Amino acid sequence: MASVTDPVLECRGISKFFPGAIALDAVDLTLYPGEVHALLGENGAGKSTLIKCLTGAYRRDAGTIVLNNQEISPNSTQDSQKLGIGTVYQEVNLLPNLTVAENLFLGRQPMWHGFISQRKMMKMARDLLAEFGLSVNPAEPLSAYSVAVQQVVAIARAVELSGKVLILDEPTASLDRDEVELVFSVIEKLKARGLAIVFITHFLDQVFEISDRATVLRNGRVVGTRRLADASQTDIVTLMLGRQLEDRIHDRAPSVTGDKLIELTNFGKRGMITPFDLTIRKGEVVGLAGLLGSGRTETAELIFGAVQADQGDARLEGKKISIRNPREAVAHRFALCPEDRKSDGIVGDLSVRENIILALQARQGWFRPLPKAKVNELAEAYVKALDIRLASLDMPIRLLSGGNQQKALLARWLATNPALLILDEPTRGIDVGAHAEIIALIEKLREDGMALLVASSELEELVAYSTRVIVLRDRRQVCELAGDEITTSNIVAAIADEPMAEAV
Amino acid sequence: MTAHVHNTFRRITPQLIILAAVLLLNFMVFPDFFRIEFQNGRLFGNLIDVLNRGAPTALLCIGMTLVIATRGIDLSVGAVMAIAGAVAASLAVDGHGWQVALTGALAVGALCGMWNGVLVAVLRIQPIVATLVLMVAGRGIAQLVTEGTILTFLDPGLIHLGAGTILGIPTPILIWIALGLAVTAAVRKTALGMLIEAIGINESSSRLAGINSRVLIISVYLISGVCAALAGVIVAADIKGADANNAGLWLELDAILAVVIGGNSLLGGRFSIVASLLGALIIQSVNSVILLSGMPPEFNLIIKALIIIAILVIQSPTVKHALYILRASAEPQPSEPIKEAKESPQ
Repeated sequence: MASVTDPVLECRGISKFFPGAIALDAVDLTLYPGEVHALLGENGAGKSTLIKCLTGAYRRDAGTIVLNNQEISPNSTQDSQKLGIGTVYQEVNLLPNLTVAENLFLGRQPMWHGFISQRKMMKMARDLLAEFGLSVNPAEPLSAYSVAVQQVVAIARAVELSGKVLILDEPTASLDRDEVELVFSVIEKLKARGLAIVFITHFLDQVFEISDRATVLRNGRVVGTRRLADASQTDIVTLMLGRQLEDRIHDRAPSVTGDKLIELTNFGKRGMITPFDLTIRKGEVVGLAGLLGSGRTETAELIFGAVQADQGDARLEGKKISIRNPREAVAHRFALCPEDRKSDGIVGDLSVRENIILALQARQGWFRPLPKAKVNELAEAYVKALDIRLASLDMPIRLLSGGNQQKALLARWLATNPALLILDEPTRGIDVGAHAEIIALIEKLREDGMALLVASSELEELVAYSTRVIVLRDRRQVCELAGDEITTSNIVAAIADEPMAEAV
Repeated sequence: MTAHVHNTFRRITPQLIILAAVLLLNFMVFPDFFRIEFQNGRLFGNLIDVLNRGAPTALLCIGMTLVIATRGIDLSVGAVMAIAGAVAASLAVDGHGWQVALTGALAVGALCGMWNGVLVAVLRIQPIVATLVLMVAGRGIAQLVTEGTILTFLDPGLIHLGAGTILGIPTPILIWIALGLAVTAAVRKTALGMLIEAIGINESSSRLAGINSRVLIISVYLISGVCAALAGVIVAADIKGADANNAGLWLELDAILAVVIGGNSLLGGRFSIVASLLGALIIQSVNSVILLSGMPPEFNLIIKALIIIAILVIQSPTVKHALYILRASAEPQPSEPIKEAKESPQ
């Protein structure tokens, strides 16, 4: 069907640059009428940048957007709405205190002699919602209804306003199964009407359920567009995560590891991650693999006490310990470099020096300040050892580049001489040079006998340094790979829940 | 060490310039402004008055600076002054010595601060709302303590705290300078200052770095409560009585203003107590100008507002940026190449 009709929207060579970074690199995207097109990729792959370029929230730096054979350059989201591109976000962008009808017709209420005709508006709203298979009372405030109904109202409003292309940015992220059905039934109706729908989500099952085609982005580039009828989950996961599927042979050190350092049994928190058992030994790198939202970050946060577990035991070298908050974790010589460096890692306005000694100082307590000479010695030693590029130790850390910020955070934790180092996405958003250095550092720390737990979406990376890999799906540990089983294809297979390939 | 002194000086330069300007204004309307005399074993002079009358605001802004550094605010300090004054007065009336009266007042101030701190740090109520509770309720509590009257006392020890002198210098001056130095030393000679700044800049990161933000936040409100109590005792001692309705009225706003004039961001983070204290002196000097110029009192608040708006405009980022542009366009200077920003934040 797609080949016969003309595309509604055609993007060619869309590029967007941020100072020092390429967010989108010549991205192509073609949408046909009556298709649901999934846009996939890990965080930071460029999905939201692409959407913002389409809707005019960002100005693109290169490329053309052709809508119905006419080139367009929307300057704002209102602009693109008028042209026919509507967007619905995960967080419903409506006014919960107004009625359903008012939300639908805000700014274009039916008038009667200079006044809003409530009766007419109610009728129009009821008719409109009936088209979407929704029978709710339009006179009720929007907040009286579930998020799913609100989501449908948002979709109805967007379709009424634009009506050619509908972009759904994670519409199902906070919905349960029945609510997803409701939203999907609406999407099916719109598809039948001939709208082109862009569907962004992290749930692969939903992608296969509703979408016709999928475009996968990685690091700002399109790595492939597939007709989903001809593709398997494995194909898509491979596109999202792996550069290539060739199993590389690694000169990985034989996985001889030291004594048990930490033993978690039945450790978990309701609504966050299914209870799991995990043992980490000294001199071992345990990798955590899985798609976004699979429970990687949650596992890391739970072990570090950033979120308190509500069940299970933790033992450190055989002794039972409690990890109720990060402070206790630090006291047990745990360390965590968090996923979101900016909001959970660096303290932007403090100097690099202060950022490096922060955790050590916090552990010592405020009344025992580190002597100035010791502070300088530590900071300078780590700047040199990790090759942190900076003009001065006194400069605020927020002025450093991402890679250097990450190294400074590593320095912060290495200064505390940790027994267990947890790294969540240690190489996200950093330049190639720093990337290689951090991987080398992980291997060196393991050789020195430290226990490491690394969560990453870069499969090659995990394969390169992990002595064991734990695969998570739907907030559950589904599989553990060790030794020669650790290959990108096995990890992908485990993530996609397909039979594992023979170990090489 | 010299670099450190240099940095501190650079930090407070704007406040010093503004203070000098306002003092000069004082001198212009009243040429005898800088004259200081020694009579009856006490220093007299307008400058001494500025230092003396500024004591309550100065004391308040010491604690307020720390609270604001954690991204909080303490609206209750004026009310806490009233409570502390009432407690000190009622203890003195009951025949206790000044030591007991002072200790009692400070303990009550600490309790008030603790209350605020628990609301903010444990119950996670927004500071402006949390401290509003005590701001409103505090005067009621103070009235309960004084039983609705102005409670007067005659204990010479207590009066000395507000109206006496030591070596010719009025006691309040010595108290606020000593407390300012003590708290500055306490936060800068330990790691307290840095940890407070870290919490104010990014509490999430700080918590994940193992900082006990809960205890630290409670501590800063506690310090603020104690500072307010001390200010309350001084004000009560000065008039030899506790006035639950008027003691410290609106002074919380002066204290916040002093912190802002001191160049501390209301968004938390880097702070300087010395700069805040200079801010308090600037406010008191402004009051002095209005008084000395002999302007009709109806104009006082308006003139004060105008002067303060002028000070804040000079410090505003927009004006600073405009000045920077002006300077940059005047003469091209060789600028250092920017080394950072290999990648952008996502």
